[in-house]
Amino acid sequence: MSSLAVGKTATAAGSAPGTVQDRPPLRRRIAFVPTVTLLLGALYCLLPVAWVVIAATKSGSELFSTFTFLPGTGFADNVSELSAYRDGVYWQWMGNSALYAGLGALLSTCVSAVSGYALATYRFRGRETLFNVLLAGVLMPPIILAVPQYLLLANVGLTDSYLSVLLPQILSPYGVYLSRIYAAAAVPADVVEAGRMDGASEWRIFTRVALPMMVPGMVTVFLFQFVAVWNNFLLPYIMLSDDEKFPITLGLFTLLEQGANTPALYTLVITGAFLAVIPLVALFLVIQRFWSLDLLSGAVKS
Amino acid sequence: MTSARRKPYGVKGAPYAFLIPATVLFLLFFALPIGYAIWLSFRKVKVSGLGLGSGARREVWAGLENYTAALTDSELVNGALRVLGYGCIVVPVMLGLALLFALMLDSDKVRFAPFTRLAIFLPYAIPGVVAALLWGFLYLPDVSPFYFVLDRLGLPQPDLLDGGPLYLALSNIAVWGGTGFNMIVIYTSLQAIPAEVHEAAKLDGATPLQIALKIKIPMVAPSLVLTFFFSIIATLQVFNEPTTLKPLTNSVSTTWSPLMKVYQDAFGKGDIYAAAAQATIIALATLLLSFGFLRAANRRQKQEAAR
Repeated sequence: MSSLAVGKTATAAGSAPGTVQDRPPLRRRIAFVPTVTLLLGALYCLLPVAWVVIAATKSGSELFSTFTFLPGTGFADNVSELSAYRDGVYWQWMGNSALYAGLGALLSTCVSAVSGYALATYRFRGRETLFNVLLAGVLMPPIILAVPQYLLLANVGLTDSYLSVLLPQILSPYGVYLSRIYAAAAVPADVVEAGRMDGASEWRIFTRVALPMMVPGMVTVFLFQFVAVWNNFLLPYIMLSDDEKFPITLGLFTLLEQGANTPALYTLVITGAFLAVIPLVALFLVIQRFWSLDLLSGAVKS
Repeated sequence: MTSARRKPYGVKGAPYAFLIPATVLFLLFFALPIGYAIWLSFRKVKVSGLGLGSGARREVWAGLENYTAALTDSELVNGALRVLGYGCIVVPVMLGLALLFALMLDSDKVRFAPFTRLAIFLPYAIPGVVAALLWGFLYLPDVSPFYFVLDRLGLPQPDLLDGGPLYLALSNIAVWGGTGFNMIVIYTSLQAIPAEVHEAAKLDGATPLQIALKIKIPMVAPSLVLTFFFSIIATLQVFNEPTTLKPLTNSVSTTWSPLMKVYQDAFGKGDIYAAAAQATIIALATLLLSFGFLRAANRRQKQEAAR
């Protein structure tokens, strides 16, 4: 998509110094103020990302001596130094994040799908109460949940384990909410009724008929939850003490804590931040076409 | 409830069965912890004698003691004020920018719209900790391009990580991370406005600015309410960004925001009872503020509809 935009820039720049007659139609074709405003906004949003990309290529001495946006020569060294840090614990953090976010989002999507479908398709006693109670979970500050969750999990000896980070994040009130809205819009009542006429069980109707219809919405729920778990810091910060189990956010934070007073460690932190940004940005660029963000505005309207 | 229609066997129990996983998870990881926190907030440890030996430290009923202690704790109150000041910068600036960008994206003949939309949304994919870390380095005089430029121009170089500028520095991180998401929410609802509506206004000679102010903004009011609502909640719960900046500056204390204070009391001091009372107060304040806002917004909309 960005390459397309670059191509457009080239044509615009190429035709700009054309003859005088060319200019008025060009000016009329482009809305100047909105375009410039948006480009400034894009610049602001890309600036820190551009900085980290360049800073990650600099060796320790270049970081403090050369101009900020001048690429350095130390990228390969930085990466191998980071990989060697505490026997490659950095890559362990990346793997952990992938596990927490991937498995967590998958389980969360399953729970959201089945709950959202039930709330959208059936009319039953207590439906709205149950829905509202589940939704109220969105409003709970994470700390009021995380501190007692820690104490309760400590009672069953589950703190400082993979499960302590995974389990509390499976139920996503926002995911249930989106799934309900999506199921209501995507699964027609006659289709469910037709399934019943054929004598299919309710579970079979859900898995064979309704679920395939809900896939686009469920992709959105999965991605939202993936980003939410990957970006979560507070819960692992409270639950974990063994750095072999840290996700990348917590790992980078501890690296920064150690590195803040030792400028020699700055390059490690910066390279680590750069590499940590790559997977999510890549995922984001690939899948942003599939995000049915209309779902959000649909949610707003109803 | 329409039970007039005859339902096949097994339908009645199905929704309950389907909702078992969500209900169990809710009870275990939402209801139980909240209940436990509230219970703890009314307890305290009583130390008898020298506090040695078994039974010397007993948990006893504390009544409202933890609550009065929390409400008179100047550090918690100051933290709340700091977050209020921070929120007064973040929420208007972030939503103002989000609305501005959404309107610009929605306007006619805009160039590079797909690219800029993606670029502005990009920070959403970057974890708050990493965002704070990136900006933290950009605020450090030794490595920052801003200081480099200021230095060359011979301009004064403010310390961004202290005093008043610290609020701006922290707010900037939140604005950077949150604008894109809110922009997309507003933009998608702008797209849902039927084209005839502004075509008609344009034929009547309305300028793009008038169309934006008089037609588009009122029509996306519900999504503005929603973004406002989520922004308030997120702002009150700020934790990651100040915690991440803490290693880079001495001006961010361990109790800078109320959530950091709860963490500090629970795990730094080990006083889970005080922490539980503070967490309960924060949760109540969040509920009051967010529902108060929603009610006010609803009333306003009803009034406008009645007019």
